[in-house]
Amino acid sequence: MSKQDQVEVSTETLIEAPIDTQANGMTRRGFMVGSMGAGVAMAFVPMALLSGCAEEVLTNQQFEPTVWYSIQPSGAISVKITKAEMGQHVGTALARIVAEELEADWNDVSIDYVDTDAKYGTYITGGSWSVFTSFDQLSRAGAAGRVTLIEAAAKLMNVAPADCRAQSSVVICGDRQMSFGDIVARAEFSQSYTDEQLASLPLKPAKDRNLIGVDTPARDVPAKADGSAVYGIDANYEGMVYAKPLLPPTRYGSVVQSIEDSAAQNVAGYQQTLALDDASNSVPGWVLVIADSYHAAQRAARLVEVQWQAGSTTKVSEADLLARGDELIDSGAGALVLDDEAVGSTFAAADRVIEARYTTNTALHFQLEPVNAIGLQKDGIWELHTGAQWQSLSMPVYAQALGVPQDKIVMRTHLLGGGFGRRLNGDYGVPALLAAQALGKPVKVVLSREDDSRFDSVRSPSVQHLSMAFDAQHNVLGMQHAASAGWPTADLAAPLLGTAGNGEKYDPFAINGADHWYAVGVHRVRAVMNDLAQQTFRPGWLRSVAPGWINWASESFMDEAAHEAGVDPLEFRRRMLTAEGHNAGAAPASVGGAKRMANVLNRAAAKAGWGKTMPAGEGMGLACTFGQERNMPTWTACVAEVAVDVQSGKVKLNKLTVVIDAGSIVHPDGALAQTEGAALWGASLALHEGTEFVDGQVKDTNLDGYRPMRMGDVPELDIEFVASDHHPVGLGEPATTVVGPAIGNAIFAATGARVRHLPIRPDDVKAAMG
Amino acid sequence: MPVTLNINGRSVALDIPDDTPLLWAVRDELDLKGTKFGCGIGMCGACTVHVNGVAQRSCITLVGSVADASITTIEGLSAAGEHPLQQAWVAAQTPQCGYCQSGQIMQAASLLEQNSNPSDADIDAAMGGNLCRCMAYTRIKKAIKMAATAGDLAINVGTEVDHV
Repeated sequence: MSKQDQVEVSTETLIEAPIDTQANGMTRRGFMVGSMGAGVAMAFVPMALLSGCAEEVLTNQQFEPTVWYSIQPSGAISVKITKAEMGQHVGTALARIVAEELEADWNDVSIDYVDTDAKYGTYITGGSWSVFTSFDQLSRAGAAGRVTLIEAAAKLMNVAPADCRAQSSVVICGDRQMSFGDIVARAEFSQSYTDEQLASLPLKPAKDRNLIGVDTPARDVPAKADGSAVYGIDANYEGMVYAKPLLPPTRYGSVVQSIEDSAAQNVAGYQQTLALDDASNSVPGWVLVIADSYHAAQRAARLVEVQWQAGSTTKVSEADLLARGDELIDSGAGALVLDDEAVGSTFAAADRVIEARYTTNTALHFQLEPVNAIGLQKDGIWELHTGAQWQSLSMPVYAQALGVPQDKIVMRTHLLGGGFGRRLNGDYGVPALLAAQALGKPVKVVLSREDDSRFDSVRSPSVQHLSMAFDAQHNVLGMQHAASAGWPTADLAAPLLGTAGNGEKYDPFAINGADHWYAVGVHRVRAVMNDLAQQTFRPGWLRSVAPGWINWASESFMDEAAHEAGVDPLEFRRRMLTAEGHNAGAAPASVGGAKRMANVLNRAAAKAGWGKTMPAGEGMGLACTFGQERNMPTWTACVAEVAVDVQSGKVKLNKLTVVIDAGSIVHPDGALAQTEGAALWGASLALHEGTEFVDGQVKDTNLDGYRPMRMGDVPELDIEFVASDHHPVGLGEPATTVVGPAIGNAIFAATGARVRHLPIRPDDVKAAMG
Repeated sequence: MPVTLNINGRSVALDIPDDTPLLWAVRDELDLKGTKFGCGIGMCGACTVHVNGVAQRSCITLVGSVADASITTIEGLSAAGEHPLQQAWVAAQTPQCGYCQSGQIMQAASLLEQNSNPSDADIDAAMGGNLCRCMAYTRIKKAIKMAATAGDLAINVGTEVDHV
């Protein structure tokens, strides 16, 4: 394969099938249980292989299982995890799902985070999807294991399987019993299940669960308290050299003209400076300063002078990016994601129409571990040692950069010092691999914090235009919402773009949230890609992605609309959460539809004491969202309480009340931790973060200018999950989506100042107070 | 000129320039990876170590300036991660990604050494320089309070161990 070959990627290879396209929640795969070595392995396999001997198929690994686990004669159960551990304790949650149906003793279960291998299928950790997409499959994998072990034990004890049950890694048949380990040691396994058989396996009713919904210490925590946890940046490899990048003046289009390193030659440990030739265009114009140690590379990098011919975006400012968004929206461009026929006539005939423009500034991931990677070649295989969120997206890119087939590359798994979507884009692996290829030795590339920020895949600045039509009685007749931003999916994962009714492509991850669950009459939603953003930077998926800015606009605007209609904002929302028609919801993920939204909204309002009299300068605001996407609604409501200093416009966030209905909660304390963090992320993005492009670069590249929330800024948190047996949905991000508009609405309640820009700055509040 | 450092109770000679940040000496010369690189300008706290028992940002501390000092990293805070703060960190399930937590724990240990019963405001002030990007702040504060009231803190603090 030449470096020029286009690498083929498809939706199927990038993400796991959405649950509603699977038969009974399953892909068309069977399940095999077969003896392997001394133990027994359980694996999903393509249907075509199901007729083979399980032992032979599993031993020869002639298949691509998407998940598997194994049990040893000692009783040890190892669950393979393909998801990245980045703070969500995902291994604990996923292994608990298997263990629940397997009837395993949790103490027997260990978690194995696996390296990339085609046999494990798709690798992606994002979208708050992990439990949502894995729950059914892992439950049925556990159940198949349980049924097989019971049948084997029954045979060994010469009793009927129907007279046996499993509990705590033991099969009990009347007054006799046999441990899973003993069964594995004594029985031969060669069992296959078709997908229909898997789907018909009895799963436990929620009331019988003893692991799911029960707290347990997360397995990844102890190593994070004693310093022994190994992140990508902690990896070593024998004979490796270190590299500090020198970044070009623009993200795209810069070309190295000359490198002058004579001054660096005097630095002890300095080796050379390398300009990269990147066929994947991930890191065009990057230069690496190579040395024996990172501190020597840093020292030398300060003395190397590189001249670039810059790309075209050296003068782009934040104002330019926002103005381009306005211009594109006004031109009528974009994809009509929703477009009811009567929108035009309804708005023309309306008694009154209100309009508003909302904007957000650029925001950084600022995951605390700067991106880094070790690249090397060993035994003909290219290895990349790093923390990653979307290996299935990055592997084809690495193949293109190196000019080798994907099966000659493996990614070694490490903990992530924060993901938040930054490590969905694997661009940082490319320089490590290219340098290793050029130098013929292992290379560890570590970005400085400033480098990491400068070429972060930022959350794009956004512009949104909203309007709502009312009749003479203040009833809502229709809503229009146009949103423009850089589209991460267009740049990095084009097969995942949607196609709108007007034939235009769109990035769902730049418009999700606008397709809300309110009955607003006629509805039009338009998604517009900001082309200047695409040229200037590589737009990223940042924790909560589109719903993080879409709901800022739509839920603030709902508040404006309520005041326009003269109705209390809680009551205004409730009237539109009718759960009728397309808002009625559907099994399995959105059962109950907008009714469940109304429920969390009511509960949050009641908990916070909605309507109570607040002291002067203080206010309470509410918002509700459905988390990340319509086919995985996480019903989320928030009441924010703020105090505003009317002299300075400074906002103090006193309290956040958050109520979430996420269906069944697998790991309650982990869910709470995720929600605490996500809610504070929402507050931090609203009140503390945000930067801007100046001369084609983000202005704030370190903590002297970029200031995420610190401990002293933390408000009181009151978080509640609705007790539910419904299918579990995502939890990593939803709370982030709801806090910003709740704060904006609270500021309005406190002062009458309507803020329409994120981050909310004291000067903007003061100006809006008039 | 080799630099001699006293780290976790052991004296080590390193052939590195005086102006090398202590962070990189600890991480890459001594392979003590628990101390983390976050911002490089002393504003995130991920690199916090103890210099003569007091929390200090190793990324902006040059090795030449601490040649005569006693330096402790997270690996040397206690034998087998049993410092009351470390136990409290596990009990409160404080870490999410965990990357900042060595620094948080070293900062908190320094706080408790000086103030065994800190108020909320004392904790906010002492921990304000430590960024937790996962925003696990409420659990960090909870764990500090748990450790402060654990009673046996005095027994463990000061028994920083040899762990190079």
